[in-house]
Amino acid sequence: MNENDKSLRVVLLGNPNTGKSSLFNALVGGQQQVGNYPGATIEQFVGRCTHEGRELAITDLPGLYSLNPASPDEQIAVDILLAPNVTDMQVMDVVVCVLDASNLVRNLYLTTQVLELGIPSVVALNMMDIATQAETTIDIEQLSAALGVPVVVTHGSRKQGIGELRSAIASATVVATTKVTFSEPVEAAIVSATSATAVQAVACQRRCFLNELALSTDVELCGDEQVESKQAMKFSAAVELCKQQFDAVGDRISMEPIARYAWINQVVSSVVERGDTDHSLVRRRWLDRVLIHPFSGSLVFLAMLTLLFQAVFSWSGPAMDLIGTLFEWLGNGVESLIAEGILRSLIVDGLIAGIGGVVIFLPQILILFFFIGLMEDFGYMARAAYLMDSIMSKVGLSGKSFIPLLSSFACAIPGIMAARSIKNRNDRLATMLIAPLMSCSARLPVYILLTAACIPERQVFGGWISQQALVLVSMYLLGIVVAVCVAWILKKTMLKGETPVFVMELPSFKMPSVAIVSRKMFQQGMDFVKQAGTLILACTVLIWALAYFPRSEGTVKQLSATQTAGFQLRNSYLGIAGQAIEPVVRPLGWDWKIGIAVLASFPAREVVVGTMGVIYNLGDEEDEASEGLREHLKKARWDDDPKKNLVFTVPVGLSIMVFFALCAQCVSTLAVLKKETQSWRWPLFAFVYMTVLAYVAAWVTFVVASSSLMA
Amino acid sequence: MPPMYLSELCRNTAANVVAVQGADGVSLRLLEMGLVPGTQVTRVGSGPLGDPLEFELLGFSLSLRKAEARRVELQVMQEVCEKDVS
Repeated sequence: MNENDKSLRVVLLGNPNTGKSSLFNALVGGQQQVGNYPGATIEQFVGRCTHEGRELAITDLPGLYSLNPASPDEQIAVDILLAPNVTDMQVMDVVVCVLDASNLVRNLYLTTQVLELGIPSVVALNMMDIATQAETTIDIEQLSAALGVPVVVTHGSRKQGIGELRSAIASATVVATTKVTFSEPVEAAIVSATSATAVQAVACQRRCFLNELALSTDVELCGDEQVESKQAMKFSAAVELCKQQFDAVGDRISMEPIARYAWINQVVSSVVERGDTDHSLVRRRWLDRVLIHPFSGSLVFLAMLTLLFQAVFSWSGPAMDLIGTLFEWLGNGVESLIAEGILRSLIVDGLIAGIGGVVIFLPQILILFFFIGLMEDFGYMARAAYLMDSIMSKVGLSGKSFIPLLSSFACAIPGIMAARSIKNRNDRLATMLIAPLMSCSARLPVYILLTAACIPERQVFGGWISQQALVLVSMYLLGIVVAVCVAWILKKTMLKGETPVFVMELPSFKMPSVAIVSRKMFQQGMDFVKQAGTLILACTVLIWALAYFPRSEGTVKQLSATQTAGFQLRNSYLGIAGQAIEPVVRPLGWDWKIGIAVLASFPAREVVVGTMGVIYNLGDEEDEASEGLREHLKKARWDDDPKKNLVFTVPVGLSIMVFFALCAQCVSTLAVLKKETQSWRWPLFAFVYMTVLAYVAAWVTFVVASSSLMA
Repeated sequence: MPPMYLSELCRNTAANVVAVQGADGVSLRLLEMGLVPGTQVTRVGSGPLGDPLEFELLGFSLSLRKAEARRVELQVMQEVCEKDVS
């Protein structure tokens, strides 16, 4: 027997917002996201812990409301429970149902469904503190007796009841017997449909029967080896017969919910004693009166967004300056240590410039993730979706698309992944396809560099707003406006469909845990550095190599130092390629150096800062905060122009920024799109439509800006 | 008297569910969220442009668009909304 055989496979499931993720954290003591927005737990997380020498391998599932799946999120959970062979996972040994004690009735709906699956189960009664505020008392022993499984009181974020829960999991053997029985004909039909003999297989087929009966969900859900084709036919014949019987008398959809809630209400009325005043409900109502009120709620929402962007753009300044200085110092240090030559050029121009270019905007990403994490944990995200729904529905999407789009201002990757909580396929696709249009943090260095280099510093609107800030805000607005138009067009053409439904729980407010939010922030920050860092590093080194080689030592001797650099660059592999593509980028007002920098930033937009640094001055570490590159850009002149005009004029700067606002220059985004849609079609589509859009918009910007400046 | 629907419920009033109409996933989800016959629902508020609506049932808040709320039939009550006509 190997190690794996001994570990107990445990699955943690429950409704969204039951504190399941923080309970999982407390159980395994690992790193894991906690979300308060329905569907925040989008990936499966597996963590390990031991109890008295026994290893528990615990899988945290996305929050779900029912075993009759309604979104891809819920489908994952149901697949793991009902058809483990589909998901390459073994049958679970123990299921832990997490219950929100303050919302017992609704939570028990899923619990009763799960308890009937024939898998040993434990119930974790979480959030008792909120129930206590509500002056609700729950008779734990009686609840345990009614459910037929052990019930453990837990408090995830305070790590209470964790030891008891581990021990209950390790010793769980009890399989609850079916609790909710349906009318005679339904039960008879289930028996005739069931072909298995093993207890668990019977229980699984019972679940599949109920799913089939309510809606025609996928039969393959139960298509394990036990159900041979002959038996599958017998199964679907029984379902069909039962459906017909129901359709003759009435409603087969409401059959299961009615029976289940009747059973639950009976149990709850004997187990729960409610107090007179529900303090948590009073508090939630009071907060909601402000937060989702049409007027004050919208004001708070706008204030939150302003605060968010203010924090991202200004609070990050000192940290960014510090990082910039640090890398400058590092580059200078290396320069003084190593003699001039290929090695020094590689380290200073390639490595330090590359790493510095990524790390410099880590402060902004961390701040953004921290704010989004706080809002999620507090329970505000669902309110934001509620407020935005009426606007989103105008373009054919729902408020649920708002969270993925908001996350995309940090990075499109988590944004695209967050779209999993959207039920409807077309809405999910539309959301994923417009998410990369939100100006992510990777565009920020590009905007900052180019505004500083091209846009004159001047106050407009009576001295209140600086012209540079105005340009920066316009770039963000451009992305949003274009995204709205694209969504509208997509929903009218390729992804036709009704405006999606919006059935969403507004969770109770929780005091956000700074520890959990910080941990999540650091994890996401590190993921970003790892993912983007390796890519950007590789690109910068590649660009450096292409711009450095071939060295032509012979001719160089007759030229002055500055002429040498320009000559070397023009005759490098990169220079030759750049001059070849110049006709394509000329209409946008770009010279070949910009063209090549943009082309080289295909893997990631922020690379353009590094490549411009490499191209414009092969010899200094450059980043958007460094005076060096900005000054170099301001001085750059056209190579082949007799008048030697400046390259980086206002129209050119705007044209580059517009291009970057709309382009799909991010390999990671395209890879995530491929992973999420299981096809190359959509990433390809996103890349083509965004690049065409970016090119045309950049051209229009250049032409309009040039002519209006002439006038 | 014509049937009354959740979308017509006045602000800060409560009524009992009679049935959920429709036979698709949306109706099933409404039922699963607790909108089964006999459940008491209170309309709490509405969104910026009158949609979505916010309800309270079984001790939690649920938001629905009017389009979905129109599927839920309620026990008819005599009251007429005071100022909130929608």
